[in-house]
Formats: sequence, structure tokens, C-alpha cells
Amino acid sequence: TCSYPAESELELGLGLSLGGTTGKTKPATATSSWGECGRILTAKDFPSVVSHRTKNGGPSVSVSGTKRAAESVSHEGGSPTGVSGSSQVVGWPPIRAYRMNSLVNQAKSQRADEGDSGIGEKDKPKDALKKKLNYNGNKISSTTTTVNEKGHLGFVKVNMDGIPIGRKVDLNAHSCYQSLAQALEDMFLRSTNSVGAEKEQLTKASKLLDGSSEFVLTYEDKEGDWMLVGDVPWRMFVSSVRRLRIMRTSEANGLGIHKKSMANHSCFSFSVSESCYSFVAAPRFHDSNERQRSKPI
Amino acid sequence: MQKKTAYSFPEEILEHVFSFILSDKDRNAASVVCKSWYEIERWCRRKIFVGNCYAVSPTMVIRRFPDIRSIELKGKPHFADFNLVPDGWGGYVLPWISKMAGAYPWLEEIRLKRMVVTDESLELVAKSFTNLQVLVLFSCEGFSTDGLAAIAASCKNLRELDLRDSEVDDLSGHWLNHFPDTYTSLVSLNISCLGSDDVSFSALERLVGRCPNLRRLLLNREVPLDKIANLLSRAPQLIEFGTGTYAAELRSDVYSNLAEAFCNCKELKSLSGFWDAVPAYLPVIYSVCSRLTSLNLSYAPIQNPDLTKLVSQCPSLQRMLVLDYIEDSGLEVLASSCKDLQELRVFPSDPFGEEPNVSLTEKGLVAVSSGCPKLQSVLYFCRQMSNAALVTIAQNCPNFTRFRLCLLDPKIADYRTLQPLDVGFGAIVEHCKDLRRLSLSGLLTDCVFEYIGMHAKKLEMLSVAFAGESDLALHHVLSGCESLRKLEIMNCPFGDKALLANAAKLETMRSLWMSSCSVSLGACKMLGQKMPRLNIEVMDEKGPPDSRAESDPVDKLYIYRSVAGPRFDMPPFVWTMDEDFASELS
Repeated sequence: TCSYPAESELELGLGLSLGGTTGKTKPATATSSWGECGRILTAKDFPSVVSHRTKNGGPSVSVSGTKRAAESVSHEGGSPTGVSGSSQVVGWPPIRAYRMNSLVNQAKSQRADEGDSGIGEKDKPKDALKKKLNYNGNKISSTTTTVNEKGHLGFVKVNMDGIPIGRKVDLNAHSCYQSLAQALEDMFLRSTNSVGAEKEQLTKASKLLDGSSEFVLTYEDKEGDWMLVGDVPWRMFVSSVRRLRIMRTSEANGLGIHKKSMANHSCFSFSVSESCYSFVAAPRFHDSNERQRSKPI
Repeated sequence: MQKKTAYSFPEEILEHVFSFILSDKDRNAASVVCKSWYEIERWCRRKIFVGNCYAVSPTMVIRRFPDIRSIELKGKPHFADFNLVPDGWGGYVLPWISKMAGAYPWLEEIRLKRMVVTDESLELVAKSFTNLQVLVLFSCEGFSTDGLAAIAASCKNLRELDLRDSEVDDLSGHWLNHFPDTYTSLVSLNISCLGSDDVSFSALERLVGRCPNLRRLLLNREVPLDKIANLLSRAPQLIEFGTGTYAAELRSDVYSNLAEAFCNCKELKSLSGFWDAVPAYLPVIYSVCSRLTSLNLSYAPIQNPDLTKLVSQCPSLQRMLVLDYIEDSGLEVLASSCKDLQELRVFPSDPFGEEPNVSLTEKGLVAVSSGCPKLQSVLYFCRQMSNAALVTIAQNCPNFTRFRLCLLDPKIADYRTLQPLDVGFGAIVEHCKDLRRLSLSGLLTDCVFEYIGMHAKKLEMLSVAFAGESDLALHHVLSGCESLRKLEIMNCPFGDKALLANAAKLETMRSLWMSSCSVSLGACKMLGQKMPRLNIEVMDEKGPPDSRAESDPVDKLYIYRSVAGPRFDMPPFVWTMDEDFASELS
């Protein structure tokens, strides 16, 4: 919307190489070493490699090119930079998060419905009794959905009490709670950005999942309920989580926890081999139970 | 007696003439002819486009243009779409809404892209702009259905509500109920991004039923297939429709109702949605296919032969979005059936798989380039490419305006010759003289950038990843691409030299993004000192830059021109390199 003044003003002041657009190199004057600080370089400071290149690429190019290409080919789709499978580079491939999540949802529902009529992943704990925490006045929704939520898989938002800036974490990059907790601790607690009071707060909040910190990790599931992270098998968590919140322990009383006694639902049974969350079964769960039992009626 | 020169022109006439000048470029040109034209023009400009919300302040816009009716604002850099910009970066619309609330009470259109929009902002919009007709929130975030409820309740003249690709916090599906019963002016509604419980279906049905001018309706995924027929029967005048989930048990009543409903939509030209689509229900749209000019199946896991069969029935297609399930064979059918095709986008169904899961290669794109003479815009994800194919494509389609090729393995070479893909992309820029947008991928040396600098004179936007070998590459682009406005680079070995040598060029562009490159902190500081009209923003989540050496590369760099000076709403992980910053630390 605004027009800009002529560039000539700028050119005189800073001696920049504005003639570079034509691609011509300026006549060489006294060259100076790159080591000088504060001097803005012009095109003439570049080694004149351009003229030696042929359209098909000079020999030096093809050698390195071949080398890299060979690596690519031998890795069968994996690249030397390791951009494949679980070691993904952020931002590659350039697919919007929305679409990415949609793809993952699709893959999950396709795997879940082999031989089915094609309906999306069915809801599991339809009659699960959960303690519901009315968080921030959210309406407690009891409708169940038959289709996976967009955004439940892949990147989910994470907020931490006391820190105004939220973050996002990629759930696909983790295969168990410990790995997720570690990542979140790194993200929120290890950064040196925080100032003043926040810093103190952060150093106290470590080990989010074992109940030893001032903070607990909670999540909102697709029915709008806030639950304690770690109660259910990892895969079930991933399929139902909408967003995460690192909550002050003091606010987390009465947070929803799946009752282990729901024997009808096999998805609740904890497989012994998933040692990742054996630490969860310990202090947090029992603590809150005990606290509730000791509440005066 | 006052002498009037032969050249003086009554203002009213000039104003009338200007009312026919709609493009921003032309308006801008007219405004610099002379002072009186500047004055007349600024009073009668009604539409503003701000490509970077930090390039100018709302106060400055309002001061110059006192009577704006339509505004478009863009916030975050494009790479935010791929999670490269951490939350909290910025792009807040509230300051704009607050200022405009007082200055532009007659504002009719608000279009926002990649901005943070809060419920507070939406409530302020609802309260301040009673004549609001168009609200487009494209890839925005930060608001909930409460904000939408405020809009629905107050904006009696709303014609278009488009939440395309936005992230909405769902609190209640009842926001639709806030459209009063007397509200009947809806023409376009896009709620495809909303999650479950965000939409009360009965409220939607009633809304659709009472809006006779509704032409565009894009539903969200949660609307079940068996509800579509009923909805369509209330809006047979639709031109563009997006389904919800397109999967259900096959039932003959549902099937026939759907088929009939679609058949009755005689003006339907564009279809999308199709989440989780099952082949069984595809034939219900066959009656519409011959008329379709736009088809988006990119969320449909439909495979061949069903997919190809569907495509073969759509001879009028101009725009096709699809997953790579279409394979080369399907694209060959597309090429032979759809001679009006202008835009093709092929997305990957399994981007992270090690092995290809479908047979989609360069051959499909070559076929389409050969069979579709009007092809102008391509976005193609695939796993292999050759220079020969790219040269053929370039020769077949000299009219390309947008060409984006994404090879899933970002550094893969020509699979036949094992050479870099320089020659292929070189052919693209050489033959396609009107190319405005280009995205590169594959194994690329500095050569390709030399070709780009030499030939891509109309190029406005260039996206580069994992390419090039030295600063020379960046220098070629910055010094050669005369029309360049946006340059975004990730993971390339580009450093200080090219940037510093072409610093002035950066003022002629909207923005430059560089992440995981080799630009040093020292160079950023230098740029900040020397170029007061550029905002040099360094993003680093590990800590403040003063804790590191000058020669250390910065993590992310975002440079944009601005007449508003450095911004003050930055999160802790963004630092502006301006004169103050540099002098503080020296």
C-alpha cells in the first residue's frame, strides 16, 4: 500500500551493489579480505565460478552429485540426511498439519476396520464412568463420535500454567509416556527464556509424571473431559487426546481417571510388558484416591 | 480572475475515474503521480491488502486511507503451515481490529490469513462492524466457537463466513443457533475445519433452509453421510458443496436419497470433502460429474479403479485435487478426459513410508502436461523424477504460472542418470516465462539457482529446501529474480555473503525466511544496523543470541521490510536485530 522512495538514496549511503540485478560483475577495484568486519560485500567479492560451469554441470558437480545420489539410491528412499520414518525433519515434507493429521487418522481407521464397512474408528469406552472435571466452564459433552477428531493425532497444543505461550508437540514422534514427558520437560522447563519468577517455578517442576513435582500432566480428551495423563494405554491416549496442559498439582484434584474396575472393556487392562508407565501406577493414582477418601463428608 | 490551466481536472471526475481502478498496483501507481492525485486516491480507496501485518501499522493505514470497506491481512510466514514457526510468534489481529473499530465503522469485508484471532477480537468485530458482509479466517487460530457465536448473533448482513483450515477451539455446537431466525443472507459458509460437537446439525439445517441465496456450503467431517441428502434438498441452488465424512454402511434408502439429492442440484460445479470415502457411495455423484469444474478428493482414500472411473466422468474439470492413489494410470486417464484442466494437486497418501505404496511417478505428471494444454498450476508430491521428464513437462506447458514439485526424499537425484535435477528445473524456468511461483526439491546444486536467476524474471515466490552448495546460489536468486517478493529457504548451506551483498534487494521484497541455514548472528546484526527499514528477526528457542558467538549460525531468520519499525509483541524466543540491539551488545 505504500510507495517506496528511490533506491538511489540508499545506494549512495551504503555503497551497495545494486547493479547486481543484471548479473554483471563490477570492474575489480582493490579487493579486500573477507576478514574485515562491518563492510558489506559486493558481487565482485565472489569467486568467479559461474563462467566455468556448463549447462550440464561441470565435472566437480557431478562427482559430488553422484556420490549423494548413490547414497540416496542405496538407502531405497531413505536419504543421507535421515529424512524417513521416525527421524523426521520438521517442516519436511511440506504438508500442512491439518492434512497430516487427516492422513494419520485415515491410516488408523483403515487399519482398525479391515473387512469393515468403512466406518471410522469406533468409540471404545462408551459407557466408561469417568470423574469429570469441569475445567474453565467447559460444557461437559456426553455425545460420542464415530469419527476420529482432526488434530488428535500428530501435533497437539500444550499449555503450562503460568506460561502464556503455548507450544505444540508431535505425538507421532513418541511411542510412550516417558518419551513424551521428557520432550515436554525439555520444551517448557529446560529453556532459558523464562524471566524472573517463572524461572523459580520451572526449576521446581520436574518429573511431570511421577508425582514428585508441583505440576502434573493432563489432557483433554475428545469428549471434552480433562484427564490425568498416563492412566490408559499409550495408543488409546493418542487416539483420544485433543490437547495437553501442564497443570499445577493443586488444581488437579479430582481429575478424571479411568477406573481399572471396568472389567468389560479389555482396552483398560494394562499389559504388563508396557513398562513405560509403571511409574504412573504408583504415587499419583493412589495419592488422589487417598486424598478423596480422607475428605470429610 | 483566476486562471485555470488546461490541465486541471475537477476532483470529482478523477475520483470517478479512480473508482474503476481496482488493482492495488494500479492504485499505487496512480497515487504517486502527483500530490493531488495522492490525496484524491487515498480518500476514495476502499480496499486494502496488507501482505505482512507487521510491514505497516494500523494507525498508518488509517491515517492514509480514511474510508476503507475491505481489508485483507496476512500474518505468519508461509512456513508456519509446516510447523516451523513456534506458537506465540505473533500475527495478532486484535490491534488492527481495535484501531479499525473506531475508524472504519462501515467496514464490510475482513479477510485474514495465518493470523491469531481471539474471541475478544471476534466479539469486537461483531460489535463494531454492523455492516460486515464477509469474514474469511484462512489458516487462523486462537478463537473458539464463542467468538463465532458473537459474529452470528450480530452480523445481520453477513454473506460469507469462511473458516478455511483454521484451528478452532470447540466449546459448543450451538453457535449456529445464534444466527437469528430473521437472518437469511448467507451465501457462503465454510466450516470444514470444525471438529465434533462444533456444529449443531439441526441448527445448520434450519440455517440452510432459510437462506435462499446459499451457493457455497462446505461441511465439517463430522456431518454423517445420511444427513447430506436432507441438507442438499434444502439447498438445490448450491454451486459448491463439501461433504462431511463420506462413509457409511451401504443402505439402499440412503443411497437413493443421496443420488436424488445430488441430481437435483442442477448448478453444482464444485465438490469437496469426501473424508474416509468408500467406493460404494461414489456413483451417487455421477449425475453431477459432467458439470464439475472443481473436484477435491484429497481427503478420500479411494483407490483405482474406482478413482479413475470417477475421474473419467468429469470432462469439464478445471481443478483437481487428489491423493497419489490415482497413480500414473489414473493421471493418464485424467489427461485424456479433462482437456480443460488448469490446476492439479497430487498429495501423498503415505509421506513417511520408506517404500512407495502406490505407483505414482514422474510419468503421471508428464502425461497430464502432455494432454492438458491449459495446465497452469501444479503441486505434485512423488518419489522419483528425472531431468528428461522435467524438460518434457516444461516444453509441454510453457504457460505454467505455479509449479511446485515435492520429492519426498528431499535430496534425491535424477533416478535415471543419477545427476542433480538442475537441468530439469532449469528447463522449467526457461520455458515458462510467466512462472510466478516455484518450489524446488531433489538433488540440486548452485547451477539451478543460476538458471533461476537468469530466466525466472516474473518469479514472485520461491521455496527452497535442502538445495545448493554455496552462497553463490542465494546470490543468483537475489540478484537475478527481478520480481521476487517472497523467498523461503530451509536447510541450505547459504550464509552471510549473499545476504550482505544483496541487502538492498531485501527492501524490494515482502519477506525472506531462512531456517537451518548458515547465516551468522554477526551478519544479522550487521543487517539490522545498516538496514533500518528491514526488520531482522532472529528466532531461537535455545536462548538469547548474546549468549553465543558472532559466528554462530542462527536457527531461524525472518527478514521483512517495514515502515512501522520493529514490533513489540514478540515472544521470548524472537529477537529483533536493530540498531539498538547491536549497539547494546558492542
